[in-house]
Amino acid sequence: MTEKVIGKAPGLYKEFVRKGGSAPTATHYCPGCGHGILHKIIGEAMSDFDIQDRTIAISPVGCAVFAYYYFDCGNVQAAHGRAPAVATGISRARPDSVVISYQGDGDLASIGLNETLQAANRGEKIAVIFVNNTVYGMTGGQMAPTTLVGEKTSTSPDGRDPRFSGYPIHMCELIDTLKAPVFIERVSLSDIAHIRKARKAIRKAIEIQSQGKGYAFVEVLSNCPTNLKQNAEQTIEWINEHMEKEFPLGNFRDTSNDVDKIEKIYSDFSVESLDEIFELEKAHIFDTKSGGNYAARRLKVAGFGGQGVLSMGLLAAGAGCFAGHEVSWFPSYGPEQRGGTANCSVVISDDPIGSPVVQYPDILVAMNRPSLEKFAADAVSGATIFYDSSAGQFDPPDGITAVSVPTIEIARKAGSEKAINTAMLGVMIQSGVLGIGKTHFCEALKVHFAAKQKVVDINLRAIDLGSEWARENL
Amino acid sequence: MVKTAEKKLTRPVINVLECKGCGRCIIACPKDVLEMSSELNERGYHFVKYKGSGCIGCGNCYYSCPEPLALEVHIVENDKEQK
Ligand SMILES: Cc1ncc(C[n+]2csc(CCOP(=O)(O)OP(=O)(O)O)c2C)c(N)n1
Ligand code: SF4
Ligand code: SF4
Ligand code: SF4
Repeated sequence: MTEKVIGKAPGLYKEFVRKGGSAPTATHYCPGCGHGILHKIIGEAMSDFDIQDRTIAISPVGCAVFAYYYFDCGNVQAAHGRAPAVATGISRARPDSVVISYQGDGDLASIGLNETLQAANRGEKIAVIFVNNTVYGMTGGQMAPTTLVGEKTSTSPDGRDPRFSGYPIHMCELIDTLKAPVFIERVSLSDIAHIRKARKAIRKAIEIQSQGKGYAFVEVLSNCPTNLKQNAEQTIEWINEHMEKEFPLGNFRDTSNDVDKIEKIYSDFSVESLDEIFELEKAHIFDTKSGGNYAARRLKVAGFGGQGVLSMGLLAAGAGCFAGHEVSWFPSYGPEQRGGTANCSVVISDDPIGSPVVQYPDILVAMNRPSLEKFAADAVSGATIFYDSSAGQFDPPDGITAVSVPTIEIARKAGSEKAINTAMLGVMIQSGVLGIGKTHFCEALKVHFAAKQKVVDINLRAIDLGSEWARENL
Repeated sequence: MVKTAEKKLTRPVINVLECKGCGRCIIACPKDVLEMSSELNERGYHFVKYKGSGCIGCGNCYYSCPEPLALEVHIVENDKEQK
């Protein structure tokens, strides 16, 4: 005589430390709630297919937020509705993993609807188990996208009124409009006959993952006995007679026999590849001499987009780096690629920089009249303003030095009208206001235009000619 | 039948402490051999009891129970007395 045991919830932990205490193996779910039934089915499938070691389950936000206390596999908990993005990342970073995303209707069909559809449309290799219990369970039974017309919830006390809140969203049908998914089925946990069918569908979805075949979606009609105030009999009646009318059960798609294992283009996350992407071997690591006695400078560079004001700021910040100071560079520009206004703030200091925003500059570079008018009033007393001579006549406020620079002429002499920004920089360097030697600017310039030797040459010349102009005119 | 032999029959084994008394297993049982206790367990729930005979080992109660470890079904093979 042999004894066989059905039980012990394979694939789930032997003890649930979340609840602990007096009942170390009880779940945190309410009596009669379908979440526990579903956990058992999923755990059993993981165990039967022998995939626990390579399965990663995503716990949602909702009553199943603690699913990771139950599933004996790898676990990640995602922010509300974000499980598809997290699942995508995991599935791509670990192509041989089996990724199971477990989500409620609030999570999947409301806040996470977009991501759900995008992940399905990309055919990510994930099994999505979607628990449709028609309410936000965890937060107290509020109306969900799947709430039935007329169904009373805490936020639809007179029943869902479609004139007000629209109609229930049918997730299987929505996903069935997409080409990529391999398996789509709607099942129910109302009674044992339905639970056994649900078990089959969930096993299939997980099997498809274990074979690496693509996206599988199982919608599970379930209950929320606490918020819907239903006992076991009422649950059966509710799901079979009401939910099923709105959400017909059945298989929508199963192409798993026709498709092969998906070989996606996976990203290379090796250290070497990342170093290359971020040009790490080429990057400069600077030693800053925090606590030195360089008096901090706050620089604002403003002009039209396309005048090179952002580059000028970068060069100043870069020179600051080469000189061993702390620096920040903070651009601000409109939505236009060209022609709008742009400015950047640069802070150079020997102390750590708190805010990269420069509201009251002690050096202002204005490449046009509007910039001059806009920012000159903010310059601190004692500041120097360098402005393009095309801005015309300008009388600086008291205590402020203003220098009008014919940048176009200097740039033309250097070989390109585009070099107005470096021409201006040359003037600034020679004036000494930045307190950083010219060699550091040249170093920064070589890094900035690294790929283009010709451009480096023109701009180095513009810096020289700008400096020469300053020696003669300041 | 003597008591010791009875233990070896096909039967549900209930972990009284983990049962939350939802009654889903009672409805799922095709042989109507489960019932709700009138007393409470340590955690304050009514719990399910086996009536003592008649279980056919179908597993319905296990699969309909939301508590992973509240209930298991022991199936004794070649168990002719069940019929
Ligand atoms: C970004 C964000 N918004 C809102 C919430 C609050 N919140 C927690 S659970 C939940 C709804 C969960 O409902 P559902 O996904 O249906 O799962 P159930 O609880 O019914 O299992 C909400 C809105 C949150 N945690 N995070
Ligand atoms: S609130 Fe509803 S969905 Fe959440 S555990 Fe309780 S019964 Fe289940
Ligand atoms: S195994 Fe089947 S017959 Fe036995 S108690 Fe459970 S549901 Fe009833
Ligand atoms: S289904 Fe499970 S928790 Fe509910 S009464 Fe039966 S044994 Fe207890």
